Amino acid sequence: MEGGVAYENGLNFKATELTLGLPGSGETEGQGGVRNNNKRPMPTPETNEEERMLCRAQIVGWPPIRSYRKNSLQAKNSEGEASGMYVKVSMDGAPYLRKIDLKVYRDYPELLKALEAMFKFAAGVYSEREGYKGSEYVPTYEDKDGDWMLVGDVPWDMFMSSCKRLRIMKGSEARGLGCGV
Amino acid sequence: MDLSPKQSSPSESTRFPDEVLERVLALLTSPKDRNAVSLVCKDWYTADSWSRRHVFIGNCYSVSPEIVARRFPRIRSVTLKGKPRFSDFNLVPDNWGADVHSWLLVFASGCPFLEELRLKRMRVTDESLEFLALNFPNFRALSLLSCDGFSTSGLATVATHCKNLTELDIQENGIEDLSGDWLSCFPENFNTLEVLNFSNLITDVNPGVLERLVSRCRSLKVLKLNRTSSLDRLQRLLVSAPQLTELGAGSFSEELTLQQHAELKYAFGLCKNLSVLSGFWDASALNLSAVYPACSRLSFLNMSYTALQSPELASLLPHCPCLRRLWVLDSVGDKGLEAVGANCPSLEEIRVFPTDPFDEDMLHTVTESGIVAVSQGCPKLHYILYFCRQMTNAAVATVVRNCPDFTHFRLCIMNPGQPDHTTNQPMDEAFGAVVKACKKLKRLSISGLLTDLTFKYIGEYAKNLEALSVAFAGSSDLGMQYVMEGCSKLKKLEIRDCPFGNVALLSGLERYESMRSLWMSACNVTIDGCRSLAREMPRLNVEVMKEEGSDDCKADKVYVYRTVAGPRRDAPPSVLTFSGL
Repeated sequence: MEGGVAYENGLNFKATELTLGLPGSGETEGQGGVRNNNKRPMPTPETNEEERMLCRAQIVGWPPIRSYRKNSLQAKNSEGEASGMYVKVSMDGAPYLRKIDLKVYRDYPELLKALEAMFKFAAGVYSEREGYKGSEYVPTYEDKDGDWMLVGDVPWDMFMSSCKRLRIMKGSEARGLGCGV
Repeated sequence: MDLSPKQSSPSESTRFPDEVLERVLALLTSPKDRNAVSLVCKDWYTADSWSRRHVFIGNCYSVSPEIVARRFPRIRSVTLKGKPRFSDFNLVPDNWGADVHSWLLVFASGCPFLEELRLKRMRVTDESLEFLALNFPNFRALSLLSCDGFSTSGLATVATHCKNLTELDIQENGIEDLSGDWLSCFPENFNTLEVLNFSNLITDVNPGVLERLVSRCRSLKVLKLNRTSSLDRLQRLLVSAPQLTELGAGSFSEELTLQQHAELKYAFGLCKNLSVLSGFWDASALNLSAVYPACSRLSFLNMSYTALQSPELASLLPHCPCLRRLWVLDSVGDKGLEAVGANCPSLEEIRVFPTDPFDEDMLHTVTESGIVAVSQGCPKLHYILYFCRQMTNAAVATVVRNCPDFTHFRLCIMNPGQPDHTTNQPMDEAFGAVVKACKKLKRLSISGLLTDLTFKYIGEYAKNLEALSVAFAGSSDLGMQYVMEGCSKLKKLEIRDCPFGNVALLSGLERYESMRSLWMSACNVTIDGCRSLAREMPRLNVEVMKEEGSDDCKADKVYVYRTVAGPRRDAPPSVLTFSGL
């Protein structure tokens, strides 16, 4: 399940293959959720294959954190998950949806960066008057009233409490929304 | 041990009555001094035996309870440590042993005056707790750290029956938390508690019961609440017990009204004697400011259960001018550590734990800059525990140049075998710098990409080293040999995932009897090697924990320790015991 793209009869099966990794990345271990793709530097070529394998896999008892502390952190994280603000994110043209926890982000720039990384697109520059310029992709969200809004128009806290789902629109539909009514 | 008296008929001027001798010896409290005293002559040995009040047993299998009770029938306080330290990291099977029950059975008749019991990494059942509560009428202080096997029912029996309890300290245990009712088991007129630490527990205790208990116990000095304790409860408790010297707050993230915040701040202001502060699960920045009035005498701040950010830490530290020990999560970042360097000139100890140990996300982490910043501002630093994802040789060299007084240097670069990230070289020179500069070094934990050179440095320079912890390091048997030959004061050696085999193991033959223990796991030691060791050294217990599916000849996990009690009889089937006896 590693390596390059396999073409058969001109079809790029790899692109539509369902994996748990980020779209566009073929190597990540199956761990869902949002990940920052700044991978730590890999060991030098001098280190052998075994050590590289060790680096990737989770090793028993490593790092040396006491079970009690680990469980404490995990309890905190799963508490976060339970009360976390998970919303679905869809992108026009992408074969499947993603889910993100809005609580992880502090503000719009962080959220947009994550979405751009997740779906491999560029959102363009946001302005209150003109919406997102310079891109055919526009991030939108459905609010509590069922209306589709442009991401960035309301203060971040208000957005956090009213956002039900996200959709990255593409093309003409997007332009209509971005024109700011 | 043959102890013939120096003179067969001692003259008047040199013979003390036993009682006087015992009185004099009672003034010596250090175990080392006591041990030395007991070797002088038979009279002094006997006097020490009768007057010894406290015994520290670093490995419960090094001696039997019968031997202890026979030699020290009048002890009041016992500290017992059980499982190897790597059991904290799930490397030891659950049923390995270190059950305290057999000790209690012997002590009940042999040391009936027992008042204090401090256990670390022992197995303790509810049955044992009940036995303890019912069979030691003077029992006063119980401390359980990293133990397992008991539930809140066991605590209930202690609360019910120990009429003079002054200390109940339950920390970091694998406890089965059934309900908070145990606290209600203290009798209504019970008022002797001085230390109460139930931060381990999740289920909520009855708030009314806790408050009444705290207001009755006027000598209460240490109170550590659990996570579910609200800020409201904390405020009331502080008002009721401003004499506290150590406080563990509960969860600290509730939203407070202005009024509530002011009340909480006022309550903290009443506590003029706080020297230790801990707890604070999920502290919010706003709430933390309520704590400031209590920090002026603070010497130990433990914020390692909340992901504090750098601005919050930077705001808090100026209020703690006397801080000597600080524990934080790496969420504070290098900037947070700069604030530490800038605000804590008296700092002696810092521990930085990882917020997300299993996530390689680089956002929440500290780097070499952080540790350097702390060393620049805190010249008195002598204890460091630092979890990070990158380090350089130069940074470590700078740190020990700034702070040459390290006694404990524990560096954990979390990616195994990771080199210096700027030069791609091994981290040998980093630890070389540590052992060369820090003459007083007693404890060292190493990590990163390390060759035998690191061990050569350790063997050559770390002459006061007592404890060494090694993982994913070394190139050959030579590595371990350097340490065994050079570190004459070594007491504890733990090794995992290193290329050390039988030659390395046997190179320590002369050393193991003066050490507490040796642990080697996932190395290249074989069963035959262990057998040879056991044969050569009959006063060592050599134990091998076999893993399922491993080769017959491999010794997956080896635990070697000196003992006067012979091979243990309670080992589970997965533990093979080799003995030369």
